[in-house]
Amino acid sequence: MGGRLTAAEPVISITNLTKTFRLPHEQYHTLKERVLHPLRFRHFDLVRALDDVSVDISEGEFFGIVGRNGSGKSTLLKCLAGIYGIDSGQINIRGRLSPFIELGVGFNPDLAARDNVIINAIMLGLTRSEARSRFDAIVEFAELEPYMDLKLKNYSSGMHVRLAFAVAIQVDAPILLIDEVLAVGDAAFQQKCFDEFARLKASGRTIVFVTHDMGSVERFCDRAMLIESGKVVDIGPPPSITRQYNEINFAHLRERSTTEGDEPPPAVAEIRGARFESSVGEKIVSVAQGEPCCVTIDVRFHTAAEDPVFAMELRTQRGEVAFAATSFADGPSGRFHAGQDATAKIHFDNWLAPGRYDLSAAVKPNQRGVDTLDVRTGIASIIVHKSGRAAGGFVDLPHTFEIERR
Amino acid sequence: MSATAATSYGPSALGGSIRRFVELTLTLARTEFKLRYFGSVLGYFWSLVRPLLFFGVIYVFFTQIINVGKGIPHYGVYLLTGIVLWTYFSEATGSCVSCLVAREALIRKIRFPRMTVPMSVSLTATFNLGMNFIAVLVFALASGITPRLSWLELLPIVLGFIVLATGIGMLLSALYVRFRDVQPIWEVISQVLFYSSPIMYTASSYKGLEHVALLNPIALMLTQMGNAFVHPPPVATHVAGRIVYEQRMRDALTASGGPLHLAIGLAIIPALFALGWWVFTREAPRVAENL
Repeated sequence: MGGRLTAAEPVISITNLTKTFRLPHEQYHTLKERVLHPLRFRHFDLVRALDDVSVDISEGEFFGIVGRNGSGKSTLLKCLAGIYGIDSGQINIRGRLSPFIELGVGFNPDLAARDNVIINAIMLGLTRSEARSRFDAIVEFAELEPYMDLKLKNYSSGMHVRLAFAVAIQVDAPILLIDEVLAVGDAAFQQKCFDEFARLKASGRTIVFVTHDMGSVERFCDRAMLIESGKVVDIGPPPSITRQYNEINFAHLRERSTTEGDEPPPAVAEIRGARFESSVGEKIVSVAQGEPCCVTIDVRFHTAAEDPVFAMELRTQRGEVAFAATSFADGPSGRFHAGQDATAKIHFDNWLAPGRYDLSAAVKPNQRGVDTLDVRTGIASIIVHKSGRAAGGFVDLPHTFEIERR
Repeated sequence: MSATAATSYGPSALGGSIRRFVELTLTLARTEFKLRYFGSVLGYFWSLVRPLLFFGVIYVFFTQIINVGKGIPHYGVYLLTGIVLWTYFSEATGSCVSCLVAREALIRKIRFPRMTVPMSVSLTATFNLGMNFIAVLVFALASGITPRLSWLELLPIVLGFIVLATGIGMLLSALYVRFRDVQPIWEVISQVLFYSSPIMYTASSYKGLEHVALLNPIALMLTQMGNAFVHPPPVATHVAGRIVYEQRMRDALTASGGPLHLAIGLAIIPALFALGWWVFTREAPRVAENL
């Protein structure tokens, strides 16, 4: 895998890296406790955060590291950044490396933004004169010219992040370590960050990127690595890695489609379950873009109902409704008698962008108003994988591309 | 700045580049300095006012109420200088104790030479010392002491204080990460040091214990300070019926009881610095995890 990149020499080479944390059973923080219990001192758990990790990252590569919380990916990044010492194995790094484990490290709320920029840039590895000379570029990128003499505590969190990101970007080392920085900022600024990553990638920087966001992994990374419990599960092209990540991470979703909660069942109609199915009726938790897909909602009517309306919607992780459908458009659904089971199926071709979507299902007495007979939010989830041609956006509409020459 | 040593990649006390070390230390110290004084109305002057007020209280108490300072020539100058030097020492060591823990955010997120943290704290205190010394000089001249060549001895004395405080600071900051009781313990030791060092009195008040008490390098340096800075060299030893020489500000060599005593006292300074250095460099790679 990644054969096309083997020509370049690795700038980061990790060999058999192992890192163990000692976590004491009981934390002794005072001398008295040590003196009173000198023998208990040695009781600690060894937690192997990284176990025999080996990977070579080539120059100019955009390399993703993905894994669940606690899988060791941040520890790996901190070892790479030189914040944690390593127990065994080797890390070789060619060239200056700029870590942004967190944006705005060393930012101090009581100092003016101007001072913070300089301090942060120096902390990230610039000299004072370099920091001064890049100051204008930083301010311009952050779009905060009028606010540079404001104390940082008077900044909104969005401004804070913009400033921090601007500094980090301007530090401009040949190797960048990036941890989850895309989770912040408004949409416009996020887009700007994405653009900046694209620019950095184009200019040949080596970027190591740790994230939960499979969308950005697929969008940016040349290769990605999946780690679980400190071990490397796989290193390969992003689509295959994100698929594996989703399988590990969302395995529990398979079990979630039945009703939960302690509330008494609704009097008229009760949603008994909902799930995603493939075109051949198999239950699925993930689907590729462009593939046909079906949402199935099981409803039991406890009392008779006349022309109820079935509805569903898919929400993105930001809570926006990506797709909604109701049975109303197809005319009255007719009469359901007490004790009757019904299944609503919504077939559609999945043209949603890659990401996770949560299904909400509802049964309403009629189309008007907000009354519902039963509603279940987040009753099931689906992961959309990237297929060949999607180039970004909320949906990937079926389309043809034509270029005319004249 | 390309190659990284193959074997020991990771955080360290000192890091590779001296230039970066110095720059970081300066930046951290400057930040600290700004933070401390820019938020308050009187700003920097608080660092001056504090030891001056303390001096005022002690001066009035010891000269007007219990007469300790009466026989000491230029007692006020001696007292103020002692207090300024002590303020430096206690500020530097006291803020070093928790300095690593206080900068947790930095240490857990960025690779930089860890030693810059206690160094910068000590440097901030040194800025203050420098400013306070201006007040000391003004006061000394106003009190009628004429400048002389032996004032230059203040430089090695101040340097001794800096080395001592930084050494102890490194030691305390590294230990505090593991043992939180370092803080109260150090507060107590500080108190003991304050009262057992000749700040409010001179070394001659130790009487029989003088040779032991002057093994304390702070006592040694203050005594020498009195001799070189405050006290004019030729002085009559007797006034009828009263033994005035006890109040004289002898040099550290005479007061400590000979070269051996002096050497032991002085050796404590580099020894503590070396100990602090050793402990700190040993702990530095794991500080981020232990915080």
